[in-house]
Formats: sequence, structure tokens, C-alpha cells
Amino acid sequence: MKEVTVYVPKDSAALAVGANEVAAALQVQCGDRGLPIRIVRNGSRGLLWLEPLVEVATTGGRVAYGPVTVDDVPGLLDAGLLEGAPHALCQGAVEAIPYLATQERLTFARVGVNDPLSITDYEALDGFSGLRRAATLDSTAIIEEVTNSGLRGRGGAAFPTGIKWKTVRLAEGPQKYVVCNADEGDSGTFSDRMTMEGDPFMLIEGMAITALAAEATEGYIYIRSEYPHAIASMNEAIARAEAAGFLGDDVAGSGKSFRLSVRKAAGAYVCGEETAMLESIEGKRGIVRSKPPLPALQGLFGKPTVINNVITFASVPIILSRGAEFYRDYGVGRSRGTLPLQLAGNIKYGGLIEKAFGVTLRQLIYEYGGGTRSGRPVKAVQVGGPLGAYVPESQWDVPLDYEAYAAMGAAIGHGGIVVHDDTANLSKLARYAMEYCAIESCGKCTPCRIGSTRGVEVIDRITAGGTAVASQSEQVELLRSLCDTMLNGSLCALGAMIPFPVLSALNQYPADFRIVEPAHPRAAS
Amino acid sequence: MAASPVEVDPVTVVLESHRNTPGALLPILHEIQDALGYIPRDAVVRVADAMNLSRAEVHGVVTYYHDFRSEPPARHVVQVCRAEACQSVGAEALIGQVRERLGCAKQERSADGRYSVEPVYCLGLCASGPSLMIDERLHARMTQEKFEQLASRMEKES
Repeated sequence: MKEVTVYVPKDSAALAVGANEVAAALQVQCGDRGLPIRIVRNGSRGLLWLEPLVEVATTGGRVAYGPVTVDDVPGLLDAGLLEGAPHALCQGAVEAIPYLATQERLTFARVGVNDPLSITDYEALDGFSGLRRAATLDSTAIIEEVTNSGLRGRGGAAFPTGIKWKTVRLAEGPQKYVVCNADEGDSGTFSDRMTMEGDPFMLIEGMAITALAAEATEGYIYIRSEYPHAIASMNEAIARAEAAGFLGDDVAGSGKSFRLSVRKAAGAYVCGEETAMLESIEGKRGIVRSKPPLPALQGLFGKPTVINNVITFASVPIILSRGAEFYRDYGVGRSRGTLPLQLAGNIKYGGLIEKAFGVTLRQLIYEYGGGTRSGRPVKAVQVGGPLGAYVPESQWDVPLDYEAYAAMGAAIGHGGIVVHDDTANLSKLARYAMEYCAIESCGKCTPCRIGSTRGVEVIDRITAGGTAVASQSEQVELLRSLCDTMLNGSLCALGAMIPFPVLSALNQYPADFRIVEPAHPRAAS
Repeated sequence: MAASPVEVDPVTVVLESHRNTPGALLPILHEIQDALGYIPRDAVVRVADAMNLSRAEVHGVVTYYHDFRSEPPARHVVQVCRAEACQSVGAEALIGQVRERLGCAKQERSADGRYSVEPVYCLGLCASGPSLMIDERLHARMTQEKFEQLASRMEKES
């Protein structure tokens, strides 16, 4: 009998629901039945409610089954899993699953398809073609390509990537760095993790292209310690890329040198702020630096440094291989290209959805997400992580676009979407935001360090009930004033953006704060 | 007085291996903790000496980051995510159940020192919550029943 290839993901989200056990059961039971199989541990397709999603290569393409548990394996084999036969868990041809088929996967095109650590597989799907082209260009031509693509920083700040690179290239100094911010601490986000676990060479390729463009010779990937599998995957991929000549003394035949290493973070959320991250890589407490100087001019160890997020770097290879126009043709307004969105929280079909800018929250929550997992009505949707606003239903039809979101006092951030059902209490979530800020504040600036603790106290006073209405409205005024101070007076985004979830919760869900009077007299005036 | 080879301790090995690493303090502390389970006070002194830093600087870094421990860990460390995405699917109730089950209702560590329950802020499993990590192994879509199985497995092995 011919050997059949079976795919069992090794993404953390699959491992956490038993993928290793399923792979082991398949291996043993197929052995017992005399069925020759080859198990490939691929990345995840991002259909996370179906994990572990087992795929079988058949003559008619790859057929998916999920979510598979160890107990399902005998029944699946009886039914004819290896021929792609029907079964209650059969999802049909994987690429025809509407959730996947309707996406616009540019960055995530390869994730979930093959063994993430095989350079052969990577190159078979267009891998390293961007770097090979970059190696033949001079640095200004690479930067021009990226600038023309309209790519903006995917970590949250949305700064034009090409302009940042140009600043570093033009900065004086023999030593320059490229640093990847992989401290993906926002709740509701996992696209960096999925990239590092599911297509690590893409990140390496993007960083190597950046190094050629900015004329940098050393790079670091700062990965949060909560991601042990991503750390292992990146370390192995770096070693393999170096052995294959895509890193090291002669990057892809360019004659230029670039060395890359992984730095493991140590559990401080604020180190996702770029200057705190630099301090941490330098071996210090992760305290935010004042700007200026910009890290582009005086960054890591005081040298010019390009800092980008994982998804920004990961977007670069396709821009170089297919050209700026190809990428720029996706998107709306000044938000060009695609964004890997992460649908999370209380959602029926949670996962990774890469779409061009312009998609709406309503499409994502209902057409893709299928509403809440609990089956109850959606009450609140937080976009952009712990520092993002709760976006009210009246704004769910606004096309996802950096400028449109900024105009309504929200942020797309890193593309995380967390859905809450009607059992959520938004005053508790607002209190949690302040409490979290107090725990994670680096302590350098007063509005964040002290303001976050005062914020918890004043929210407690507002929600305590039993107080006179006059006194409660004074406390609400105090909370608004405090948020104003934090927003305008904090050194970095942690203190400056925590008011977004707090105020959006207060404005839209006053009943959760036990407020009977109109919640925002200012908005009314 | 030279130490015999069998007595070469992990701290010496770690310090030696990072002699040329720029900004080596975090990797050094991680590796010491990986080897010993925590960062003992005397290691702080030795790291400071080796790196030409003050003891206060090293102590500052050890205590700034949530990951570094100054005391030996419990036999089993259970980290439960309490960030927003997991909250939306019942993380707060789960933490309560986990604490209760492992005898950590009132304090982080159980009286017998076997278990500690710690909050963690996001494990990147936000579409499959609530999630937790036991001794660096991830578990998602957690329920009280599933945790009971994990807890009884821990009881049997310790």
C-alpha cells in the first residue's frame, strides 16, 4: 500500500488541545493496522475552533478533519481517514472551507501548509525569492519598493515602514541594528506567534531584506517568554537559514553580512514598547526611554536601529518578490495591503483571518466568527488589545482603516479583536484595564505609575453604589480628568492609551458602572 | 584553590558561556533559573561581579521582570491566563476553581509547597480560552472537568 501523508499541526493552539497525542495515536494505530503513513507537523491554518485539524493528502487534494481527539482516531481510521472518506468530523477539502477560501492571504499564504522548518518547502512556495531579488538591488531601491507598497508598521503605530528604514540608512555610524519586536503581549493577538511557529523563514527573510536596505549587520528578535514554541522554532530556523547561506557573512550572495539572534523576554508587558524593549535587550530593567532621540538614530546600544513588529517584517518578502504595486492594490485609503486579524474571546469560530483593509467588524464577528461561543448576544468588542477601545455596535460597519479608526477614537493596533457576550460587565473590564496598567507600568512617568492605581480606586468608588448621585458624578468627572492626564501626560502608549478602553466602556455602558445620570455631559454639550 | 571538575556549578558555566554576549544579563539570568529553578542571592553577587555591575543593578533586573524568582518554585507551577480574551470565556471562575482545587485559595502557594497558582497575562491562545500552562505545558479550552483530570494526574506523580 502506498504511503499516505497526514498533517497534524504543531502550532501552540493545536498542542494545547492535544495535537501531539493525536499524532502519536495516528502513528501507533496506523502501524497496528499495517497502514503506512508519513506524519508532517505543519503550522496551523488558523481555523482554531477545529484544532487539532488533521489533514490527509489524497489524489483530490488535502481533506481536513477536526477537531480530532485521541478517542476519535479509531473511528476515523475505520471510516477511511486515509482515503479522505466521509466522517462526522470531515470538513471537506481544506482550501474550500469558506473561512479560509474567502481570505486574502498574502503574509499567511504558507502558514499551515507545510513543515515550517523545511527550507525546501519554503522555497517551493516562493520563499526567499524576495531576498534573492533584494540581494541584487542597492539599498535605496529596496527602500523605494517598500515605500511605494504603502506598508505601515503592523505593531500598532502604523508608521510608514519605508520612511523608518530610510532614516536608519541615512544615519551615521558603522554599526546598525535590526530589531524585531515579538513581544506580542496584547490579549487577543496571536498572529506573531503563528508566524514564528508556522513560517519562521518568512520573518528571517523579511529581516534580512531590512538589513540590506538599512545597511545593518546585526539583528535581534525579542520574543516573549510565554511563547516557548516560537522561541524554539526561530532558533532552529535561524540555524538552518545560516547553514543555507541566507544569513551570515554573505546573505543570499549579496556579499553583505547579517547575523540574527533570539532574545527571550522575561514577562514584562511594557517591553513591547520599543524603547523599553531596547533597554531589556541591553540587559537592563525594561524602562521606557524618553524620545527624542529616535531609536532610528540612537537605538540599541546607542546605534541606529530599525525596529518593526513581526508582521511588518513578514509582509516584506512578498513586496520584494511580487513588487510594490501588487501589495498596494489591496486595501483602502492610506491603509494599503492586508492585515492578519485575530478573532478571539467569546467567539464561535475564532481564528486568524487575513483580509485587505476595508473589511468591517460586523463581517468578521458574524460572517466569519458566527457570533459568540456562548450563543448569547454580543455585548462588547474590544479592538487592538488591552489598550484598544470597546467599539460600539453603531461603528461595526466602519471599514477597517487606520485613519477611520483614529477618527472615532479607536485603534486597530495589532489587529486583535476580543468579543464579549452580554454577561460581561464593562466596569469590571475598565477596572481590570487600570489594574493591569498598575501591574505592568514601568514606573518611569507619574501619570501611568500613580494614575493607574488612582484609576482603580475611583472606578471602585463609582461602582460602589449607595453614594449620592452628586458624589458619583463628581467621581465620574474625576475619572475623566485622570484619563485626560494619563492620555496627555504619559511617556508611552501604556499610560496614554489605557484611557481608551476605560472611557469607551464608561461612555457606552454607563449602566454597568451603576450610573443613572447621563454619563458624559461633555459629549452632550 | 581550584574547584574539582565535578563541582563546576551552573552559574560558572553560564557566566563563562556569555563572556562575549552583548547585553548578556537577561540570557544569563534565564539560564541560571533554568538550571537552578530560581536565582539565589549568592548568584546575584557573582553575576554582578562577573559583569562589572553593582549588586543593586542585578537585583533591580531580577525583581523588575515577572519571570525571575528569588525563591525556589513549587513542585508544580500553574499559570492561569486572566487577560481579556480568557476573561470573556470564564477565566475568573476558572482561576477560583484552580486555586481551590490546589489548596491555593488564600495564598499563591499551597501549604505543602507542592503547587503554586499564578496569574499570567496572555499565552497567545486567545481564540481557544480559557487557557493555562502547567510546568510549561499549554492547555486550552479548559473546563473544570478537564482541570480535574490534570490535577489528579499531578497528584499521582508528586
